[in-house]
Order: sequence, then structure tokens, then C-alpha cells
Amino acid sequence: MPSHDLSSPPAPGQSICRSCWLAAPGLLWMGLFFLAPLALVFAISFASRGTYGGIVWEFTAANYLDLWHPLYGKILGQSLWYASLTTAICFVLGFPLAYMIARSPARWQPVLLLLVMLPFWTNFLVRTYAWMIVLRQDGLLNGLLLALGIVDAPLELLYTPTAVVIGLVYGYLPFMVLPLYVAVERLDPLLVEAAWDLYASRWAIFTRVVVPLTMPGIVGGCVLVFIPSIGSFITPDLLGGARSMMIGNLIQHEYLVVRDWPLGSAVSFVLMAIVMAAVALYYRHAARTAGPTEKR
Amino acid sequence: MATSSTPPFTASEQSLSSTPPTIDIRGIVRRHGAVTAVDRVSCQVRRGEFFSILGPSGAGKTSVLRMLAGFEDPDEGDLLIDGQSMLGVPPNRRPVNLVFQSYALFPHLTVFENVAFGLKMRRVSAALIAEQVRQALTMVKLLGKEARMPAQLSGGEQQRVALARALVNKPAVVLLDEPLAALDQQLRQAMQVELKSIQEQAGLTCVCVTHHQEEAMMMSDRIAVMHQGRLWQVGSPREVYERPCNLFVSRFLGVSNELAGTIGPSVGEDRLFQPTQAEQHPFTVRTVSTEQAGRSATLSLRPEHIRMAQERPSTSDPLLYGRIEKVLFTGSETKYLVRVGRDRLWETRMTSNTSLSSFAAGDPVFLHWSLADARLFFE
Repeated sequence: MPSHDLSSPPAPGQSICRSCWLAAPGLLWMGLFFLAPLALVFAISFASRGTYGGIVWEFTAANYLDLWHPLYGKILGQSLWYASLTTAICFVLGFPLAYMIARSPARWQPVLLLLVMLPFWTNFLVRTYAWMIVLRQDGLLNGLLLALGIVDAPLELLYTPTAVVIGLVYGYLPFMVLPLYVAVERLDPLLVEAAWDLYASRWAIFTRVVVPLTMPGIVGGCVLVFIPSIGSFITPDLLGGARSMMIGNLIQHEYLVVRDWPLGSAVSFVLMAIVMAAVALYYRHAARTAGPTEKR
Repeated sequence: MATSSTPPFTASEQSLSSTPPTIDIRGIVRRHGAVTAVDRVSCQVRRGEFFSILGPSGAGKTSVLRMLAGFEDPDEGDLLIDGQSMLGVPPNRRPVNLVFQSYALFPHLTVFENVAFGLKMRRVSAALIAEQVRQALTMVKLLGKEARMPAQLSGGEQQRVALARALVNKPAVVLLDEPLAALDQQLRQAMQVELKSIQEQAGLTCVCVTHHQEEAMMMSDRIAVMHQGRLWQVGSPREVYERPCNLFVSRFLGVSNELAGTIGPSVGEDRLFQPTQAEQHPFTVRTVSTEQAGRSATLSLRPEHIRMAQERPSTSDPLLYGRIEKVLFTGSETKYLVRVGRDRLWETRMTSNTSLSSFAAGDPVFLHWSLADARLFFE
């Protein structure tokens, strides 16, 4: 190794280390308040429950084995199903919206984006309570449907899976719209015209040109909706009732009601594994589809 | 391929053959808000013809092209391709393909997939697609680069892919939007020749939009000069260059050396022209019109028609007196800027290797030309 030569550019390692110091506060924060608790939860997931709800530090895999019980499997499957459905509905609703915003006059775009984010100005809990008022038996929606003569008797909406999915879609739609907007905004409109000129129908333009070229945004939006959806707990708790329990409710139940922290921790880690697997799958798909574009 | 079927002086709107023109534009109007981008444009394009719409930016030529492609519809008038009205027909149902100025290649598809796109959309069988794409790529000399992504190609290669992507569909008309504008000068000149030979070889009917007059003249069978939304003149390159219908066309297609003056009395078959500049003597001009004496007019001359002499020439040619102000050596040619009046600077040219005489800045010169070469425009 030559000695340090001032005229030579710094090795890549050096410059990275310099920025290390700037990243230190953030890294410290993440280490203290994210990694350490996570490690603690991981450790607890292999301990067992004491008689009065304490933690007994005896290594056991029983918590994970317990999760094979069909009841947990049902809750898990239900969570996956609600989250997938929510993601799909958000995509179907969000894509045209994002496309419209990205193709509207430039001076309108910030306003329209602001409108998409407007619900965030109100507390999530309050907004979910509002949905209870809308969906309940004598609620606004049933009142409207009855008044219009669409239904004869009020529909049972609140405390059903439908209500949970409505609540999730409502809550996470902006997370779908924003990345899609960015992706569509970057899509050259001439490519759409080129496809149209080359005999593509509107559907073919969408599937052959628009979707592949906005794949990073689609993946981003889906991940951003799927992850909070599958772990959500307020929405199924308030809108779903006992039948529509999701993993989030199970964790809360184990920790706070049953006071079985080890089992709750195990469930948390299973949820994390599912989320990470889903994200990995999405990204692998995205890399395949949009790979050549990204390599530019 | 017959490209010289355009006899001079034939009104371009007259159809010569019995077959309908490939494109028949009938008085189309296109408004963008208060601006009339295209104003009552009519013209016809014949089969196998390379037709250019030439004009400065903002002339409305791109609007015409977009209406032919189907991205816009005219507010008035009709537009026929192969005898069929195209009004309300979407781009994907029109027998035309557009080569975009920026190429608009699909970045996520390979060269092969880009070229195959149109055929695939028309559900052509895979075997036929492979064969036709191969033919198209052979024509544009890109064989062997099928698997490349557009981003891995040079600008010239991307241009060829864009061209192949259009002509593989064997459209009735290939529309070209400033096809060579994004290329550098040398590549551009090579591609002009190549594009023209591909067009002739494949017998393509092309409508090309460009603001580059030299490019239009080199490649086109006919040129339509467009300005402020209107077509001013349609004709062969030679026709519009040598017999421009007005001063705008004259100026846009090349250097137009101009002199203002008034029409005087007849001199035999010709007329006397009195330049407004007092220091210039009257000279004869040839004009078919029977304008009244005293009417003001502008004389225009192409640089290559002007001869320079140090001594007063003994011919009866029209003659002007001037003083060389600048000598610009450009290589094979030398340009001279000659002051012929207070606010008139004319450009003349001489082959650089001429041993006849060399002029220097400050030299007084006589400029003379053949009577028939000067054009006269009335306001």
C-alpha cells in the first residue's frame, strides 16, 4: 500500500467514514429505540409465560409451535386476505387518480396532491370513529340507501369484514396515490402516443407500456399499503368486531389481555417475517420487470 | 422509382393520375384557444412521394402532422387517407405511423420488441413478426442489435430503430416529425441520404415536418412551405427555391438579396426598375405582370446568380454598384457581404479556388445578373 498521497482522490471508504459521523445520531437513535427493543422482543418470543403473566427466561420454541393452531392460522390467513384485498382496491382506485393528477396542468398538481393528503390532518382514530357513524345500522350510508330506495332494510355493514376493508382502503389510499403519482409524472406522454400510433388499444397501452414503466411506483405503493394494512389494529378493532380479527389484534390481545408476552412476541415476529417475505417478493418482481430501465 | 413526375409550373393541387392521392387534406383548421394553429390548409400527397412541410417553429406544421396521426382532430375541414375520411378515427386505427422527434422508443423493450410492437398489436403471428422485423432491421442496418435496449444505442441507432418501428408496419404513410433534428451535423447529413434511399427502396409515402430548409430540399419530392398556420406554396424543391411565391418563402428557403424600388415604364418587353436608394441607377427587370408604373416592389436575387466585377461590365445585364464590406472564407466557398445601399447588405458567393480575381474588404464592385434570375415581389 502506498502511503497517503495528497494528490490522489480519497478512497471510497474514507469518504463514507466521514459521513459516518453525520449519520451517527440517526444510527444511535435507531439502535437504541428500534434494534434493541426488537432484539428484546425476539428474545422474549423464545421465553415462556409465568403463571401470573410474567416472563420466565427458559428457552423454548413452544410459542412458535403453538402458532400452528388452526385458530391462529385463520387469523393469519384473514389478515393476509384483508391486506391483499385492500392493496388491490387501493391500486384500482389509486391508479386513475394518480394518472389524472400527474397529467393535470402543472399548477393544479400541488393542490390536488394536497387534497389527497388532507385526511391526514385529522387523527386516524377520529376518522375511524367517523366511519362507525357512517356504517352503523342507523348510520348515514344506510339512511341514504333507504332514502334512495336501493335497499328495503338497513344493511349490516359495521362489524363485518367489508367494514374493515373499507376502513383500510380509506386509511391507506394516499400511500398508494403518492408513489404512483411520482411514477406517472415521470412517464413520457410521448411513449403513450407512440403505443397508440402503433395500433395499441387503450388496454394494451396500459398493460404494455404504462404498467411496466410505472412499476417502481406500483411496487412502492403496494408495499406502502400492504405493510400497514396487514399489521393494522385500530381499524379491525373498531370496525371489524370479533369475527374480523387481524394479526394486530391478536398481538394486542396476547400482550394486554392474556398477558402472554412470549406468545405475542412470537406472533410479532411471524408478522414481520410475512411482511419481509412479501416485500422481497415485490422487489424481486420489480427488478425483473423494470430492471433494464433502471440500469440506464 | 419515379420521383421526377412533377412538371414545373403545374399547380400542385391538381391530381395528375386517376388514382386518389394517398393523403388529401381539405381545408383543415385547427385552433388552440384563440390561436389558429392551422388555417385552411389544403394539399395532396401522392403515393410514393416524399413530401415535406417546411416552416419556422410555431408555423403549425406539427399540428398538421398530429392531425394526420390522429392525436388531434381538425376543427374544420376533412382529411382523407387512401380516399377514406379520417375524422374521428383514433391513431391505432389509422394506416399511418409516426417517427417521433425524440424517437419515443419504449425503454423497457429491446430493439426487437420495439420494432415488433405494432405487428404484435395487430396480432401478426410470431413467425411472421420475426421475419418482418428482420427485414426492417436489415433495411436500417441494425441487424445483430435486436437484443439491445434503447439506452444502449447511440443517437443515430435509436433513430434507425424509430424508423424501423414505423416502416415494419408497411403503413400507407410514414409521418416524420423533425426526424433528424436530434442528430449532430455530420450524422445528420449521412442520415438524410440514407433516409431518402430507404424511402425510395421501400416505396414509402412520407410526410416530413422540418424547419431545416436544406434537409427538406435534399430529401423531398415536393415541399409545402408553411407559415403562421397557412400553406404559402407547394412545389418541387427547385420550384419553391427558384420561384418563391412571396418574400417570406424566398427568405425562408435561402439567402434573399433584396432591394426596394418602384416599377417604371416599359423597355421593350421588360420594365424599368428604380431603386429607392438614390445612389443606384435604374435597371431593367422582367415581370409578367402588367403593373402600373410607380407601384412599389421588392427585387430579390439568390447569391449564386450574382456576378461580381471590378470593372464596369460591358453587358446589358442589370447592374448595381456596391462596396465589399466583409469577406467570409467558409472553405470551398467565399462569401462576400456587399453594401448596395444605406441599409442593404447583399451576400454573394464565389468558389474559393477561382483565380479570376480576389476581392478584399473595402473594394468597390459592380454586381450584375441575368435578367431572368431576378424575382420581383409586389406588396
